[in-house]
Amino acid sequence: MSSTFDTIANIIAETCDIPRESIKPESHAINDLGIDSLDFLDIAFAIDKAFGIKLPLEQWTQEVNDGKATTDQYFVLNNLSARIDELVAAKGA
Amino acid sequence: MRLEYFQLIDRIVDLNLAGLTIRCEATVPTASTIFEGHFPGYPLMPGVLLIETMAQTSGWLVVAANRFERMPFLAAVKDAKLRTFVTPGQVLSVSAELKHEGSGYAITEASIAADGKSVCDATLTFSVLAFPNAEMNKRMRDTAANIGFPMGAPADG
Repeated sequence: MSSTFDTIANIIAETCDIPRESIKPESHAINDLGIDSLDFLDIAFAIDKAFGIKLPLEQWTQEVNDGKATTDQYFVLNNLSARIDELVAAKGA
Repeated sequence: MRLEYFQLIDRIVDLNLAGLTIRCEATVPTASTIFEGHFPGYPLMPGVLLIETMAQTSGWLVVAANRFERMPFLAAVKDAKLRTFVTPGQVLSVSAELKHEGSGYAITEASIAADGKSVCDATLTFSVLAFPNAEMNKRMRDTAANIGFPMGAPADG
């Protein structure tokens, strides 16, 4: 079974036509991989489907805009993986 | 259709919030300045307007699913296929299904048929945001009432 990171990386590679080998756990989806907000909707859709969750993008955006969180917390891929694992666990609880 | 007002849906025929589907009807006007240019001597409904027709149909479905609290704005058009010509006077049956409602976005699959034949289809992505102002919300409700939106339950419930 592939890890959450692998699943996300594969989604990003396929959705945004980014070479898979350039997508690392420490990559920032926006700052390093250059993914814009519209492309991120496609990624969110694929993640929602793959994991059976609903990424709380609006909540995350609000927290960043309010200075309560940094984009690193949600868009560095190993952090995004952890957030997804939390959402999956919460769904199963 | 009131092309000059960019109002492409005439009537909501069926809105199913349990199944997250909608079907609308739209009649292409017999005369419009658009047909003078598209094309001279051979009037055809522009494909971009057919896509907009699917977007507006999808939009009413997303508005209904959000109980008029949020507004969908077209963000992406994927896999659009324009399968046959549409000419002035044709009656279009426009359908859409809400495939996914994410956080701040929605994805629909929409299609148009005419005379029993498939006209076009596409997958549409919308950003779903709070209404920018109360005026827009009111006007959307007014338009909805005019095209047969079932205002009771989904709009105000």
